Amino acid sequence: MKIGFLYSRKRVEEKLITAALDERGVAYDRFDPRELTFELDGTSPGAYDAFLVRCLSHTHAYYLSRWLEGLGIPTVSPHQTISVCGDKLLTSQALQEAGLPIPRMAVAFSPESGLAAIEALGYPVVLKPLFGSWGRLLAKVNDRDAAEALLEHKSTLGGYLHEVVYIQEYVDKPGRDIRVMVAGDEVVYAIYRQSEHWITNTALGGEPMPCPITDEIVALSVGAAKAVGGGIVAVDLLETRDGKLLVNEVNHTPEFHGARQATDVDIAGKIVDYVLDVAEGRPQ
Amino acid sequence: MATVVCPECEAEIVLDSEVEESEIIVCPDCGVELEVVSVDPLKVDVAPEVEEDWGE
Repeated sequence: MKIGFLYSRKRVEEKLITAALDERGVAYDRFDPRELTFELDGTSPGAYDAFLVRCLSHTHAYYLSRWLEGLGIPTVSPHQTISVCGDKLLTSQALQEAGLPIPRMAVAFSPESGLAAIEALGYPVVLKPLFGSWGRLLAKVNDRDAAEALLEHKSTLGGYLHEVVYIQEYVDKPGRDIRVMVAGDEVVYAIYRQSEHWITNTALGGEPMPCPITDEIVALSVGAAKAVGGGIVAVDLLETRDGKLLVNEVNHTPEFHGARQATDVDIAGKIVDYVLDVAEGRPQ
Repeated sequence: MATVVCPECEAEIVLDSEVEESEIIVCPDCGVELEVVSVDPLKVDVAPEVEEDWGE
């Protein structure tokens, strides 16, 4: 058996995964997406049983996973998962259609209809780019003045994709959200990300804390992972002040170096074990 | 341990012998992020800037 490990930057996560591969004596080769070229003539990168895709760039992951799957090489996560998770609207649609609770949201394609959608939802709302991660370019829109300015800036300064207005109701959280990593149909870990700021990403200073894995957390996060296409994902859950859980977003290339502060789980080991299962034919 | 020169500010940076290819280090003098582009020979270059499609 041989695994392909696709990544550009060797972060703590990639080092831990590499160590887990070595511990298990797995044969693998590293591929840097920045150095890859391919043609659609069926030429394969080699005899690999699965590829673990951990590109920093969603664009690289999107196209390379599709290419590899076209050659019959399963990728973790699957191209469908990468495709859906990379787009917040497609993610919301998949979660909604799976019957999972999500924050109320709306979409518009112009500043004028965007303003109408925002005012129909009611202030404050959260304005998000369709594509983006690490808490970037999120805006809490508190009033009409802010809405008008942000919508004008998006349509003038951004590319065509920034003209899509994606808004969510603002969920008043108890100073934290919940990040759950799922591999297949198993919850790997759950942590709270605590922050005084309404954006709780650890990339922006959210502090990881242990979170008990309740039946509800399992049901929502495994359900969300299945809804977007399976694989290894990180599901972000929001808690309302009265204890209701909503599925906010799903991430296809989860980071976990911060989560290690809040869980004893061998996360890299779980990831590698899942990849090996897929390499042996496990459907995702 | 090995030494490289920061391509941005020419500071000498002492690196751990276990540094790995594609790892990111920060120049302690000017703060620029550097990528280890090879380990044998040891070579660093200014790391690519964060792109809009980067993340989880």
